[in-house]
Amino acid sequence: MRGFSRAIAKIYHNEAGHNERKNPVHNLIRASFRGIAMEFLLDINDMHCRFDDTTVVDGLSLHMQPGCLACLLGPSGCGKTTVLRAIAGFQPIVSGEIKLNGRLVSSHNVQVPPEKRGLGMVFQDYALFPHLSVANNIGFGLRGKSVKERTRIADKLLELVGMESHGKRYPHELSGGQQQRIALARALAPKPGLLLLDEPFSNLDVELRERLATDVRAILKSQGTAALFVTHDQHEAFVMGERIGVMHQGRIRQWDTAINLYYEPAERFVADFIGQGRLIEGRMVNANSVQTPLGTIEVNRAYPWRDGTAVDVLLRPNDIVISRESNIRCRILDRAFKGADTLYTLALANGDDVLSLASSHQDYSVGQEIGVAVNAEHLIIFQR
Amino acid sequence: MTRSAAKSKAAKKAAQAGFVLDQQKNRLICEGDWTIDGVASLEKLLRRVHWPSTQRWVLDARGISRMDTVGAWLLYRIVMKIPGGESLLQQSELPSWQRSLLDLVIENASQGMKPPVEQKLNAFGRLGLSTVRMADEMLDMLRFIGETSFHLGILMLKPWRIRFRQIFRTIQMAGVNALLIVGLISFLMGVVIAYQGGMTLERFGANFLVVELVSLTMLREMSPLLAAIIVAGRTGSAYTAEIGTMQVTDEIDALRMLGITPIEMLVIPKVTALLIALPLLTVYADITGIFGGMVVARWQLDVGFYDFISRLPQAVSISPKSFWVGLIKAPVFAMIIAIIGCYRGFKVDGSSESVGRETTASVVASIFFVILIDAVFSILFTRIDW
Repeated sequence: MRGFSRAIAKIYHNEAGHNERKNPVHNLIRASFRGIAMEFLLDINDMHCRFDDTTVVDGLSLHMQPGCLACLLGPSGCGKTTVLRAIAGFQPIVSGEIKLNGRLVSSHNVQVPPEKRGLGMVFQDYALFPHLSVANNIGFGLRGKSVKERTRIADKLLELVGMESHGKRYPHELSGGQQQRIALARALAPKPGLLLLDEPFSNLDVELRERLATDVRAILKSQGTAALFVTHDQHEAFVMGERIGVMHQGRIRQWDTAINLYYEPAERFVADFIGQGRLIEGRMVNANSVQTPLGTIEVNRAYPWRDGTAVDVLLRPNDIVISRESNIRCRILDRAFKGADTLYTLALANGDDVLSLASSHQDYSVGQEIGVAVNAEHLIIFQR
Repeated sequence: MTRSAAKSKAAKKAAQAGFVLDQQKNRLICEGDWTIDGVASLEKLLRRVHWPSTQRWVLDARGISRMDTVGAWLLYRIVMKIPGGESLLQQSELPSWQRSLLDLVIENASQGMKPPVEQKLNAFGRLGLSTVRMADEMLDMLRFIGETSFHLGILMLKPWRIRFRQIFRTIQMAGVNALLIVGLISFLMGVVIAYQGGMTLERFGANFLVVELVSLTMLREMSPLLAAIIVAGRTGSAYTAEIGTMQVTDEIDALRMLGITPIEMLVIPKVTALLIALPLLTVYADITGIFGGMVVARWQLDVGFYDFISRLPQAVSISPKSFWVGLIKAPVFAMIIAIIGCYRGFKVDGSSESVGRETTASVVASIFFVILIDAVFSILFTRIDW
């Protein structure tokens, strides 16, 4: 009787496994390739998601190794949460496929339910069970384990998230940051291979946000748990993500480290979205220098365009320094005091404006003319 | 660099595409490489041009050195901005290699290029649309019933996974806590029936028939219906609100991420609890309802408690299965209320506003279906002569 019910459950829940058994030869080939295919923890190929008529995710591919901390970064409405929900199994996909540890969990005709995927998830508004104590919340996902074992694991995780003394409290008695720690502990309790975090810190104040992000990173690293999280805040992404995917209009525009995203943006959108900076007009003088309203700037690499090509040059606030000797004069349009530094908005001769970050030791006022020079190691140029 | 060398170098790369509108001769002159590499500049040019309003233009495409479908598509767009562009395209003499590309573009552009016009539906259209939506809803609900039945079956085979604590707690809330209100309303209903009917009976001197009147009405119809309606209002709505709120706070999703099927955890205990509680409430309503009739009979119709109770077995024996007729309906009503309550809860879309909307919908739908099924039962029981 039990065997029978288990068989039904298997057929019902695991269409993927069911399909696999169709063709023995196919199976054999698949088995022999599995060693290679297994190396990705998460493997998304050409995924499309649609709400009614709008395509939200448009041919997204993503691969994650075990133990990796990755981040999807993008403005709101770019489809990043949809991607996360598709991985979790809440969102059906129209085409493409999602594999977890080599096992097909989503495609146009397969959707393994979330409870059968063995993932963990931390939600934006924590989603703790309000009628359960903190310790019971953490132990909730540990069904089939003895009460003693559950308590032991809950205690261990409470210690890990630094809240040993709060086991008997209830969620509504905790602050937002504490609740998020508990939500993390609860998601980690069943030891998922991959943890999904949906805008985990967006309900917290800025200071707490960065501190918690650092803590969460350390906790995940100590556990060796891979995590994919979604945010619109680039500072958070820079703190947490070893790999960051910048998303725009349903696609990953660049999948790279934080430094590369900042200094080597692959396209205009990434350049614009990551960090502060302005694109100013320029013209290639030769393969490695460009003529701009701020003078001719040497480039640290050769660009393949013809001489005289109209280009846009990306200048970060720290690329532009104020220099008395310079004969390039700019008028200050605006200034924002930031403590150690002041951010100036400078008007160029051609009407464009650039940003400059300068030490606040010397203060200049709005309307004043100052000399500036470009001091850029990495200069990014896009063809106009 | 000599001039000729520069020219040959440029020739190897894409020559920029361009076009001129010669207003005097009414000629559209195109030149350059109309390929994906060459046409980038055209987009800017396109934005600046003042399009003519006069007819009878001539297309001069001899200057086009190379062309691909991107170029052909652009050429098509440019020509279509001129009045009578379509015929101009058809009539112009073009080299065959350009012509074939353009034909391909025209063929594809004519279909699906216009944005779909939102059609305003008339009354019939709207009726049809809401019918289709309703049918979808029904299908969705059937799916939910199927899923619930499936999990119910699984739990029958694995009884150790049943959450008895949840079930008992729900019985406490749905059943025990409802005793007062169900008892009171059913008592009052007994009073009303005895009063209304008894007055008429008194005119014929058939006072004692009030026993038949009250007992049969209560057993067959009134108590199952009353209990079900009160439970739908009290418990069905609570189910919707509870599950709906969990939906809003992402708790349902959190459950699933922890490997717990929400149906097993939330729906099954609720359905089971109501399956137990509602029949018990029905029997209880039978008793209080008949007691209400008894009180009226005693004070208004001169039928004493002793007479009433001693006549009761005889009264019920007119239609001996009356008690069962009422009781059989109770679990069916329980299923309807619990399933609709839970289903509506899962329908909540994440806003707190929709919790309220779905809760209302849940109560209305479950009372409607309870009465509908009650009518079906009436017909069925008459047919089998119960």
